[in-house]
Amino acid sequence: MVRVLVNVPKQIAANAPFDVKVLISHPMESGQRRDQLGQAIPRDIINHFICTLDGETVLDADFFPAIAANPFLSFSVVAEKSGTLALTFTDDHGVTQTELVAITVT
Amino acid sequence: MNRLPALAVAALLLIGASDRRSGYDDASPDTRAMQDDDAANPAFLWVQQGEALWSEPAGTTGKSCATCHGDVTTLRGAATRYPAFDPQRGRLVTMEQRINLCRTDHMGAPALAWDDDRLLSLSALVGLQSRGMPLAVEPREPFLSEGAALFRERMGQLNLSCAQCHEERAGESLGGSVIPQGHPNGYPEYRLEWQGLGSLYRRLRNCMVGVRAEPFSPDSREAAVLALFLAVRANGMRVETPAVRP
Ligand code: HEC
Ligand code: HEC
Repeated sequence: MVRVLVNVPKQIAANAPFDVKVLISHPMESGQRRDQLGQAIPRDIINHFICTLDGETVLDADFFPAIAANPFLSFSVVAEKSGTLALTFTDDHGVTQTELVAITVT
Repeated sequence: MNRLPALAVAALLLIGASDRRSGYDDASPDTRAMQDDDAANPAFLWVQQGEALWSEPAGTTGKSCATCHGDVTTLRGAATRYPAFDPQRGRLVTMEQRINLCRTDHMGAPALAWDDDRLLSLSALVGLQSRGMPLAVEPREPFLSEGAALFRERMGQLNLSCAQCHEERAGESLGGSVIPQGHPNGYPEYRLEWQGLGSLYRRLRNCMVGVRAEPFSPDSREAAVLALFLAVRANGMRVETPAVRP
């Protein structure tokens, strides 16, 4: 299990943009470094990230190397009513993880 | 003829209470912004792990930290007092060592290595409870004097002392980075260069390797007295744990 921190405002107004902030513990190994013996260290980055709100896609992103370890993402979402954000990411080892976050819209 | 003593006094006062600058003050606006927002500070990934470990039983006694300490907020202020003299053991104990002593002596669990993420996570969690409080470390002798002497002792192939960088050249730059005054008030802290969380000991190691000296071992008296000297020198400064640095 990768450690993930998701932050959303406690109170969200309907139809007004709010920030979703995400931290993911991941080495984001670029694939361009070598170890002490000169062997290439295989690339291992989060290559895909998708966020849905009650099944509807709000962000769908491909990631590329040159992102620092433990990446921080921040993006805006607009919601009409309370619901559940699902944040899913996949890395080069094929590990996929989903975090569910309930949001309260007033 | 009178200039020398005046200079010496000026050097002593260089880091007077009002001139003290945290590494935060020397960091770039981007780095400061990361520290200012807990949601953007990657160190909170470790704090989260620390919260899970806090109530996880470990060792032969089946106890967790919470069994004895209850809620972690009961340790508010603890981190402002470390390193501290342990009268039972007759020696200085750093926060990481205190946590390990709880594991070995109170839980029947093995000590964690100085760079183990679990130890860093617990010490970040405990340190966070004191965030914003002024450091108030006891200036215990003879450790303080020993630490002060080490801080001024030239070391390594480059033959430089800590003081030559962190007092005489604080604010100047070394390569691309500003030389900070070298305060310990943010540890464990997230360094962008490390791409991870690290302890004060790791920082000392880095600085010693930087001058091509053999680093003091993690549980040595030297490492502890140096940490004590740094903490007393920073007494009154606010705890920033877990800080973010370049
Ligand atoms: C069996 C009870 C017990 C358990 C379990 C325990 N501790 Fe302790 N802890 C103590 C006692 C007693 C002290 C006082 C110092 C001493 O006698 O070792 C202490 C002291 C401390 C202190 C220093 C507090 C201060 O004000 O100086 C910290 C920090 C601490 N413990 C953290 C932890 C952590 C983190 C864990 C889990 C890994 C833990 N402890 C598990 C009993 C316990
Ligand atoms: C050649 C100059 C140099 C010497 C000698 C040196 N340091 Fe440093 N030190 C630095 C630099 C540069 C940084 C900041 C690195 C950065 O943030 O990029 C630093 C950072 C630190 C910090 C971290 C401050 C913070 O805000 O996190 C501490 C603590 C520290 N040094 C202690 C020491 C001690 C103790 C010694 C002696 C054993 C020492 N340093 C020797 C250059 C030096």
